[in-house]
Amino acid sequence: MASVTKRFPLRARDFLHAGEASIQVQAFLKTMRLDPGLIRRIAICSYEAEMNAVIHGGNGELEMTLAEDRIVIEVRDEGAGIADIELAMQPGYSTADETAREMGFGAGMGLPNMKTHADELELASAPGRGTRARMIFRRRPPQEKTP
Amino acid sequence: MKLSEIVRELEAVPLTDEDHLELEITRCAGSDLMSDVLARPTEGILLLTGLTSIQTVRTAKIAGVSAVVFVRGKTPPPETIELARTERLPVYASPLSLFVCCGRLHGRGLTGLDGRR
Repeated sequence: MASVTKRFPLRARDFLHAGEASIQVQAFLKTMRLDPGLIRRIAICSYEAEMNAVIHGGNGELEMTLAEDRIVIEVRDEGAGIADIELAMQPGYSTADETAREMGFGAGMGLPNMKTHADELELASAPGRGTRARMIFRRRPPQEKTP
Repeated sequence: MKLSEIVRELEAVPLTDEDHLELEITRCAGSDLMSDVLARPTEGILLLTGLTSIQTVRTAKIAGVSAVVFVRGKTPPPETIELARTERLPVYASPLSLFVCCGRLHGRGLTGLDGRR
C-alpha cells in the first residue's frame, strides 16, 4: 500500500476551530478500519499536540501520514518554542494562559499524555524557533495483537 | 444504567436530539479538565462537566465519550450545541451541582473509569 499524507493548517489562538484537524484525522482513520484502540491513541495525541500549537504555537500545520507499518502525526508551529523540553515534559508544568485554562487545557498534561499514548514522541524546539512534535504509532500485524 | 434513567435521575434536559436514550452506561467521570479526560480510559463513558466550551464536545469525540451532561445549570454557547448535533453526541443540562450529580449516579450503581465504586 502506498502511504497517504494529509495536511491541515493550524491558526494560532483560534479556539473555536482548535481540534478540527484531529477530528478529521480520527474520522479518516476510522474509514481505513484501523484498530479502534490505535485510532483512539492517535486521536488523543493529535488533539493534544494541536491544542498545544493553537495555545502556544503561532500558526502551524498538522500532518498525518498513514503508511503500511505506521502512522505518523507531526505538528509544526512557528510559535515561541520551548526553552527547557525536559521541564515541559513534567506532568503539571504549564505556561498556558487563562484562556487555555478556561477551555479545560493548560494543566500541564498535554505533553505527558502524548508521551503515554504514542509509541515514540520526538520534540524539537528552541526559543523563537517554533516547535515540532513528531509522534509515531506502529501498526502491529494481526498475529501479534494481544487478545 | 440506561441514559434515559440517568437523565431522569439528574433532572436533566436534552440539548440535542433524543436518539440515544437506550444507551447503556456503566462508567462515569466528573471533570472540568479536558486533559485529564484525555489521559484516562473514557471509551463509552458518561462525562459530567461544568465546562461548556466547544472543546468539551471535541474532547468527548476524540476520547470516545458516549454522552455529556453539563452540570450546575450551565447553558452552553450555541456553537457547543451545534457541534454536538453535527457530531451526533448526546448532550444534556442538569440544574444540579457536580457533587450531587456524582452522588446520585454513584447511588444508582455507576462506577468510576477504573470500575471502582
